[in-house]
Amino acid sequence: MEKGIKGASIRLHNLTKQFGDVLAVNAISLRIEPGEFITLLGPSGSGKTTTLMMIAGFEIPDNGEIFINDEKIMFKPPYKREIGMVFQNYSLFPHMTVERNIGFPLRMRKVGKKEIQKRVAEVLELIKLSGYEKRFPRQLSGGQQQRVALARALVFNPRVLLMDEPLGALDKKLREHMQLEIKQITRLLNITVVYVTHDQDEALTMSDRIAVINFGKIEQVGAPVEIYDNPKNFFVADFIGESNFIKGKIVEISHQKSQFMSETGLVFTSFINRDKPIGENGYLAIRPEKISLVEQGQSSPNQFMVMIEEVAYLGDITKLKVRLLKDGTELLIKHQNKDSTQIIKMGESVLIGWKEKDSCIL
Amino acid sequence: MNSYEKRFGEPELISLTSKALQRRAKTKWLLLLALPLLVLLTLYAYPISRMLLLSLFDPEFTMKNYIHFFKISSYSYVLVNTFKMSISVTVICLLLGYPIAYLLSTTSSRIKNLLMIMVILPFFTAFLVRTYAWMVILGRTGVLNQLLINWGFISSPLKLMHNLFGVYVGMVQILLPFMILPTYSVMAGINKDLMKAAENLGATPFRVFFHIFLPLSLPGVGGGSLLVFIIGLGFFITPALLGGISDVMISMFIETQVNQLLNWGFASAMAVILLAVTLLIFPIYNRFFGMGKFMGR
Repeated sequence: MEKGIKGASIRLHNLTKQFGDVLAVNAISLRIEPGEFITLLGPSGSGKTTTLMMIAGFEIPDNGEIFINDEKIMFKPPYKREIGMVFQNYSLFPHMTVERNIGFPLRMRKVGKKEIQKRVAEVLELIKLSGYEKRFPRQLSGGQQQRVALARALVFNPRVLLMDEPLGALDKKLREHMQLEIKQITRLLNITVVYVTHDQDEALTMSDRIAVINFGKIEQVGAPVEIYDNPKNFFVADFIGESNFIKGKIVEISHQKSQFMSETGLVFTSFINRDKPIGENGYLAIRPEKISLVEQGQSSPNQFMVMIEEVAYLGDITKLKVRLLKDGTELLIKHQNKDSTQIIKMGESVLIGWKEKDSCIL
Repeated sequence: MNSYEKRFGEPELISLTSKALQRRAKTKWLLLLALPLLVLLTLYAYPISRMLLLSLFDPEFTMKNYIHFFKISSYSYVLVNTFKMSISVTVICLLLGYPIAYLLSTTSSRIKNLLMIMVILPFFTAFLVRTYAWMVILGRTGVLNQLLINWGFISSPLKLMHNLFGVYVGMVQILLPFMILPTYSVMAGINKDLMKAAENLGATPFRVFFHIFLPLSLPGVGGGSLLVFIIGLGFFITPALLGGISDVMISMFIETQVNQLLNWGFASAMAVILLAVTLLIFPIYNRFFGMGKFMGR
């Protein structure tokens, strides 16, 4: 384990892959900086795993080019690429002990016996599994197997680490714990990580940047905050987190402010408009946690009287399903339970509102 | 007392029914076991014990059949020869069957189905018929010799049967599926991602095979080899029809004793000796291919 060495940069240029009639990856271009943790996020079948497999060398692109540190690697076989990879179901060798599993990439590189022992011990310490050398994979828990797979992918100091839904098989608590641990280890080693998942929470927690992929195309690339607060289109807003969508069109644009009219004739104002001209149909997207109850004596730029139809108390937040009194539009609200004396009752009418910067027109 | 009993306050009744349920479950298991047990006892345990008794009593207890067997060297020779031939056939089946099983486990499902049919199809014909078919093909004036002469490869017919070659061809053809099927079923269960992982970690395809695939397929190889070897030990028709004078297997001797000499005692003794030696193979097999050796189970 060499710490502090910069990971490699990766450049995908116009990457395309077709399986039969299905265009799995459609002209993806992406620049990944050295040492960056980037997540390919998308629903199943979106082409994110295929993209990863092309970087690893298990799928040959029909078109395009892959560069690692500006070197073309497309025609290098997987075993020459020096890329570490953690597979979905760990793929630990069942007939080898933990020690032999982790030592495998070193043995393939003809590293001396003593050196292998030393490096295996080091990496076992890093993943906090010292003393498990002689165990077989099936004698380990899911989380432990996951860590051994990670250690095996890191022990030969690869330039890049690829991870294909590595936490999918773990339960929620363990998954959250492993997310932080993986993040910590990869940051310590300063390695470039390409992480594939369909779990948006995981992507938001771990990534420096997220590339949202759908139908083989990148919908948006950006830091988690950017992706969440400033989605580029309907798919991103819908896929990441929860959103309320109101169908309608833009009726007026002045400076930064856009006026949006719903199909039922209500007018909303928003600061964020994704290049939609006046008259074009689109959606107004509002995150449920951005909508608040307007207290007496205060006001909000977008405010409406609503009837509370359903209340679900979740401890930290309360989820509310409300209906606008004016036109019956349904909205979801996530209300922070900061003030326990504030009582929300089903069937009551209240005033709600949100700021212009908290909604976007897509 | 569980909560159910607390609520209903009739513990005796409830524990009674649960006991009855347990008893019923037990009877069900026994019933399921009864039929196979019956089959094993009548078709297996009874004849073998009869055979053992026949070899030891005439009508008083005697070891003469066993003494006779070990006194005359040609009998031991046949026993050793039987093992030699069966081992050779097992090795040939392994060399031919392993690549086929590998192909089966890696190709697309369409080719796999076709191959599978080709592996299983010979089972639809009886051993005896297949052996006679080989006689038609391998004989002095058989199909193969005729073709080779017509095409000018040879001028006089080759001796293709009534020798070891003929026996091996006949036995391998019959026994090959017994090697392929267990080997294939283990290979099919190997997670293909393991091969990818190994390659990703720096192993060339050649080393992926030797370090990952081969060791993981060994339980299938062990199972297939054991099956072929044990079935091969008892072979009778094929070596009798396709073999030469020296290619004798012990089952042919047993047949002579029973059918021609009516010497049931000696035939039984030979069968018991064959069984005993075969049983010795099992611990050896277990030592090298027992599941416990792999994967730390």
